Amino acid sequence: MAQAPVDRTGYRGASKRGFWAWINRRLPVDTFLRSQLLEYYAPKNFNIWYFFGSLALAVLVLQLLTGIYLTMFYKVGAATSFDSVEFIMREVPFGWLIRYLHSTGASVFFIVVYLHMYRSLLYGSYKAPRELLWLFGMIIYLTLMAEAFLGYVLPWGNMSYWAATVIINLFGTIPGIGPALVEWIRGDYGVADATLNRFFSLHVVAVPLVLLLLVALHLVALHEVGSNNPDGVEIKDRKDAKGRPLDGIPFHPYYTVKDIVGVCVLLVALAIVVFFVPTLGDLFLEKANFEPANPLSTPDPISPSWYFTPYYAILRAVPDQRIGALLMLIAVVSFFFLPWLDRSPVRSMRYRGWISRVFLALFSIAFLVLMYLGMQPAQEPYVTLARIFAVPYFLYFWLMPWYSRIDRVKPVPERVTYHG
Amino acid sequence: MVRLAAAALVLLTGVPLAMGADQPQSPANVSPSGATEATKPQPSELNREQGGSEQSAPVRWQSWRAGNSVLDRSSIQRGARNFMNYCNGCHSLKYMRYQRIADDLQIPTSVLTSDLVAPGSNSLDYITTAMPAADAVNWFGKQPPDLSLIARSRSVDYLYQFLKTFYSDPSRPTRSDNLAYPNAAMPAVLSDLEGVKAAVFRDEPTGKVFDHFETLAPGNMTPEQFDGFVRDTVNFLDYVGDPSQVERRQIGLFVVLFLVALTILAYLLKKEYWKDVH
Repeated sequence: MAQAPVDRTGYRGASKRGFWAWINRRLPVDTFLRSQLLEYYAPKNFNIWYFFGSLALAVLVLQLLTGIYLTMFYKVGAATSFDSVEFIMREVPFGWLIRYLHSTGASVFFIVVYLHMYRSLLYGSYKAPRELLWLFGMIIYLTLMAEAFLGYVLPWGNMSYWAATVIINLFGTIPGIGPALVEWIRGDYGVADATLNRFFSLHVVAVPLVLLLLVALHLVALHEVGSNNPDGVEIKDRKDAKGRPLDGIPFHPYYTVKDIVGVCVLLVALAIVVFFVPTLGDLFLEKANFEPANPLSTPDPISPSWYFTPYYAILRAVPDQRIGALLMLIAVVSFFFLPWLDRSPVRSMRYRGWISRVFLALFSIAFLVLMYLGMQPAQEPYVTLARIFAVPYFLYFWLMPWYSRIDRVKPVPERVTYHG
Repeated sequence: MVRLAAAALVLLTGVPLAMGADQPQSPANVSPSGATEATKPQPSELNREQGGSEQSAPVRWQSWRAGNSVLDRSSIQRGARNFMNYCNGCHSLKYMRYQRIADDLQIPTSVLTSDLVAPGSNSLDYITTAMPAADAVNWFGKQPPDLSLIARSRSVDYLYQFLKTFYSDPSRPTRSDNLAYPNAAMPAVLSDLEGVKAAVFRDEPTGKVFDHFETLAPGNMTPEQFDGFVRDTVNFLDYVGDPSQVERRQIGLFVVLFLVALTILAYLLKKEYWKDVH
């Protein structure tokens, strides 16, 4: 159990001569690979929840590559955008494949990121010393929401137009500067060509750059503190004579080969959607977005993409738009405070008591129900249900300082549990 | 097991394994039961007492399903013919080229140019309509919509219901109305095929509710023939909405099978490496 894993990488250290050595004297490639992959130790007891980080990275690459290809054919402009998307779908060789990969990729990104975040809630991964790692992750999540929204507007379908109208108008609820801010964002008195053009710029240049920077910071912070694991045990606390964590295994090759399996499974699921059900009912591509933007005709009902609907349900649950927008903001921002709201002495749900488990379960149900409710028209009984289910959503966060402290926890083992 | 695999194959690709029997049909060869020659009954000549048939159960047109399949190539071919004969006078397919239809549906070039391409267009042109926009607005109050994406934006079931729920209403400028799209600007252009029907409404506390149709004048097609006509037309529009559909499913099967095989290999590799982890 305690023996160090055999080195099967075939890695023999930096050679002293040749081209590779020449490079390495000028650029620390070998040093970097060794410290970040070959001698970066990850807990050996990762379960299925630990696939979603690398999968998010894989989807990011997918979106960047398909996005670059789409940008070669897409023609931004209120008069050209819709037509150019249909041109891609019909006349660009395999354009339909690239477009469906990109549109499906957006939804898959959120599925993967939501599961990645949920893993942290399950195993307390946001707790010290990983607060900054969690904050970077949350900023990535917010940036991703912005990126998805901006991209959703680009096909200039009718739902694009009205989603842009509704979302930008939310900024109008900010006291004082609201109306002026809305006009500044749109660049016009309504959502128009100017809005579309700047959204394109932000979607393909500005926000992806920010995303890449944040992902880099997220990874640097991760490699500084090391991964948490399903037991919430700190593997760095117990090391062998050579200073290697007893419960750690080198990231490469163990987790690289394991993550390849995860990426393959993701690709199978992605291919099934892309090739057989690219609209997935109305979830991944909405019917209303196959009609060109029309300021005179409102789609009924206007609903955002599924990944925004939990927040949209909370927004609509409040009669006063300003308070609704504020609650929606709090619903998202609450995640940021988790490291300080959680007072439990243990990280993982495995060793927490029933109170924490019940609150997490209620939160999970509330999130999914709100997601469903946000897709329904703004009428009864959906509005009342949204009000009811918003309560456990917020209580999970804001009662946490209380219930996480009084909850009876189980003893945490000294070593991780692993049944190889 | 073989049958199971074959069934799965059909399910995934939608392509029946006996593809050889599916000979490409020229749209011109399929008889539209002489419908085009028939004179269209004038709504003014219609008499509500004549030819009415009482139905007992209320007609639930909202639950009608198109039941089309974009993998049925001959159905799409018939639909293309129907579209050119009955729809293209007012509606365009501005994202679709004639030649693309011919290539996808295996229609010979000679048949394409003689029967499908509108006079004055060539086979590489997009499918426009001959009706001038200004006239359209004069005649119908608005320009008839382009139908390239109508099956995607409205769904095939909606189109099927729309085309089958026109009824005579002498009070309207077009002398007809529609259940699926009330106050439609579009007249009942298929009434020479379907016949003319009246809608019978019953009084409910909530207002008038549609109950059933009554035939006022029979058309040139039997109800079954007309049903097939509408289904073929909707099927064509479904294909036009996303012309890559058939190719997509065929490629998809191989992609998924390849990725499943890759997953198995990746899993075996992982298992081999992880033998050392205790």
